[in-house]
Parts: sequence; structure tokens; C-alpha cells
Amino acid sequence: MNEVIAVEGLSKRFGQVQAVSGLSFTVHRGELFGFLGPNGAGKTTTINMLTGLARPDMGTIRIGGIDCTQRPRAAQHLIGVVPDESNLYPELTGFENLCFCAALYGLGKAERQERARRLLDQFGLAQAANRKFGGYSKGMKRKLTIAAGIIHQPEILFLDEPTTGIDVAGARHIRQLIADLHKAGTTIFLTTHYIEEAERLCGRIAFIVSGRIVRTDTVERLIQSVRDKHVVQITCSKMPDDMGTRLSQFFPGLELTSQGRESIRVEAGEPIRVGPLVRFLEDQGAEVAEARRMRPSLEDVFVQITGIEAHAMGQEQEKEKAGAG
Amino acid sequence: MRLWIAFWNILLKDMRTYYLKPPNISWGLLFPVAWTAMFFIKSGKGLDSILALLPGVVALSILFGTTSMLAVTVTFEKKNRSFERLLLAPIPLELLMLAKTGGAVVFGVANAFVPVLMALFLADLSQVNWIVFVPAVFMIAVASTFLGLFIAVAVSEVFEAQTFSNFFRFPMIFLCGLFFPIEKLPVFLKPLSYILPLTYGADMLHGAVHGRQSMPFPLDTALLGGFCVGLFAVSLWNIKRKWIL
Repeated sequence: MNEVIAVEGLSKRFGQVQAVSGLSFTVHRGELFGFLGPNGAGKTTTINMLTGLARPDMGTIRIGGIDCTQRPRAAQHLIGVVPDESNLYPELTGFENLCFCAALYGLGKAERQERARRLLDQFGLAQAANRKFGGYSKGMKRKLTIAAGIIHQPEILFLDEPTTGIDVAGARHIRQLIADLHKAGTTIFLTTHYIEEAERLCGRIAFIVSGRIVRTDTVERLIQSVRDKHVVQITCSKMPDDMGTRLSQFFPGLELTSQGRESIRVEAGEPIRVGPLVRFLEDQGAEVAEARRMRPSLEDVFVQITGIEAHAMGQEQEKEKAGAG
Repeated sequence: MRLWIAFWNILLKDMRTYYLKPPNISWGLLFPVAWTAMFFIKSGKGLDSILALLPGVVALSILFGTTSMLAVTVTFEKKNRSFERLLLAPIPLELLMLAKTGGAVVFGVANAFVPVLMALFLADLSQVNWIVFVPAVFMIAVASTFLGLFIAVAVSEVFEAQTFSNFFRFPMIFLCGLFFPIEKLPVFLKPLSYILPLTYGADMLHGAVHGRQSMPFPLDTALLGGFCVGLFAVSLWNIKRKWIL
């Protein structure tokens, strides 16, 4: 059987809020499947239903061929879950946390200690093995939480926003670990609001907006739809407030998106001549620092499909995390 | 075998993380000592009052030890989401909750024997029927722990757990017949006594220590057992309803 996750007509309501509505998708064995959407789109609710932490109002979930709608906890030996917040025990050391998580899956003492040591080594945490989890940095906590999610070697791993709030080097290491896990054959269900992360890691992606999947496809086919688009990203300072209007009047064929006061994204269906654009901006008093031709990316697809500015989605989530913290 | 590994490790982790912490051990010792001293001084009968006080102090030590600890630790784990990790493990919910409550039962039983050890040095305990006393202590510990679980599942904040615990504990102290005989209570309060689990535990302890109990031992055991099963079942139902949305 190739489909390890099969979801059909999944719906969930919390009071007056329809969190998820009629979701249908499949994830194949060994696939790295991305689940992308803005805050409140229903990503975590979906993960909770798939992992048995929430009950669907309607629809069916099959994990590894097991009907989880009828037996919500029957497939739990097949799955590993890395929640969006590190939820290990602050009083236990890194090593003890991993051993405890392995014990929850019935692993014997020698085996859980051996696996814990191996994972601590693999995740670059061997030096911190005997330090309490509560004293770990945010990046170390995320890594250990991922290690805890895979200590029982699950067939399917659910990763909820694994790199949110992590510094660049830490996030890069985590992405490499995810790629390695995928390479080793683990099926991964990844939610993230970093579109470039999904583009880099995932084979197939579902965009979810307001509880509904608006598009599911391979990254390649999704990008194909914007391949003919040409994009130039301009970074400048001292930009007049009405620069967008002036540009639109002077270059009517270009599609302009202002990204804050110091950046403009220019899109067109044909090659864009950067020189006239830069000259015009400088004539208007702006100081151009950089003008860069961009390769069409998944972000363009996301904006095209959902109408939501990708950077706005990320900022909103970061703000929320910071507020929660 | 695999399930028992999980069960044992959850129990062990809770013992290490919560119950065997120095502040809790000292609290577990100090609390029964304070109760004993308070009632000892209040009775004014000197060492003769030790045996009369023993059932009450034992029961209170268990009640406060178990309900306080469990209500707080479960609420704390729910709040910081580490409880989700347990819910995601392939363990039946019943076994998981038995593992979570096992530590509190052991803590309650240990608390119960603090006043007993003190009494050993101050009074003659040869008349105590240990065959009744030990099961009574164990059953009170189980019932109190499940009461703590019921409270933990009903609230969402740690401070709410403490407040809600007192809502049950303080009326229970005065109505369960430990310090004031039920037959001497006002008529309108008597029915309340019989809906409290500690009433039956207290009756068993009185029987074990003084040989005077108002109900037969098997009836007390059956009723206290019924409370244990009922409180555990309601707590499980609440967990499924409130925590697995």
C-alpha cells in the first residue's frame, strides 16, 4: 500500500468557528508532504485530528491502513509528533527525556539508552546530554524535541513549524536533519509558514486557507504555473510615499508590490529592463541599493493562489509566537 | 510487557520529578506532624489521646498529600503541554492514568505512615488491627488520588486546582466522622457525610485502631471501592471529552 495517510472529507468545528472543512488528501509512503497556510488556517487542528489529539466531526482518516476515525489511538505506534512548542520535561536531562520518550513506546532499557545516545550525537547535542532540558537554548530544545519524536523510529513523522523562532544556523541544521530523515525513508508531514523552507524540503504541498485546501500539487508543477513570470526585487531608501503610483503611471505594464518602505517587488509577463526602472527611481529622489532579478518561487504561487502576502503571513505568526512567549 | 515498560517509566518519572523532590518530602513529613501536634495540644489529654487522634491524622495526611500533589502536577503538565506527549503514546488511556496516579497513591501511603511512626514511640499500638489498617490506608490513598485527578481534569489553571481541592477537602474533614462522630452531626448534615468517600475510609480506620466501626468492614471496602471506580471513570470521561477535543 503506497498511501500511508488518506484523509477524506475531514471537518471540525469549535463552537461557531469552522476550523477545518471537507479536507481530502493523501500522503504517500516516503513522501515529504508540506501543509502550508496562514495563521488560523486549520493546520494544527488537522495535525491534532491526524494524531488522535482531536476528534473530527466528519470525514475519515486512515493511517497505515488503520481507520483512525473508528479507532483514534490505534495508529499511534506508527507516528511520531513534533509539536510547534517544545514540550519535553524541563526537570529531566536531554538523555533522560529521550529515554523516557522511548519507554513510552515500550523500548527496553539497553535499546532506549543506545538510541538516545545515537540521536544526541546525530543532533549535535552529545555535549548537553546530561544538562537539564529547561536550561537548553531554543534551538537545542527544538532539536531534542525532534529527536524525541523519532526515538521510536516511526514510519510517519508529523512536524509542526519545526524551525519557527530558531536562529539561521539552528534552522539550517534542523532542515538538514529533516532532509536526512526523509532520505532514510521516513514519511514526513510538515507544516510551516516559511515558504522557502517548504519549497526546499517538500515533494508535494497542500495550501490550506480558512480550513479548506485550495491546491495540492508537487512543488515542480506548482512553480511551473509561474515560471513565465519575471520578477525584480528593488531595495532602496528615501523613497517618496507615492512612489508606487508614480511607477504604475510610468510603467503601466508592470505589476508592483510594495514590501515596506524600502523594498519594491516588480512582476511582469515579459523580461523586465532593470536600467530604466532604477534610473526612474533615482530621478524621483530614491537611493537604490540593490536591484535583483528573482527566480519565480513557491512564494509567487502562494500569493497567486491565496491572495495572501507570504511575508505578512510569516510576520503575523512570528508576532503571535513572541506574544505567546 | 511493552505496556508495562511505559507504565513503570511514567510512574518512576513522576516519583523522581515531583514526589521525591526535597520540598515535597519535607512537606509530606511536616504536614502530618503539624496535624498531630495541633490535635494533640487541642485534646489536652496527653499521651492517652494519641490513639484517638491517629485515624484522623492518618486520613488527613493522605487526603491533603494526594489531592494537592496530583491536582497540581497533572494541571501543570496539561498547561505546559507535556501531557500531550503521554496522550500521543500508544498506551490505553486507562493504563496511562493509572500510571499518572500511581505516584500519588504511593506518596499518600508514605504520608500516612509518618504519624504512625510517630505514634509508635508515644503509644501502645498493639491493639491496632493492621490487616484492616493497611488496606484502609491504601484505599483512602486511591480514593483521594482519584479525587485529585477529578479536580485536575475539571480545572485548567494550577491555582484553580488548589482552590477547587479545598472546596472538597475542608467539608470532608468535618463531615466524615474523623473528629466529630457522624451520629452527633445535625440531621440535615448527616446525608452529606454518606456521600463522602472519606467517611467510609475513616470508619475503617476507627475500626482498625479502636475496634469501633459503624459499618461492617466489607461494606466500607465496597463503598470506598465504588467511589474509586466512579471517580476514575468520571475523570477518564472528562479527559476524553475535554482534552481530546
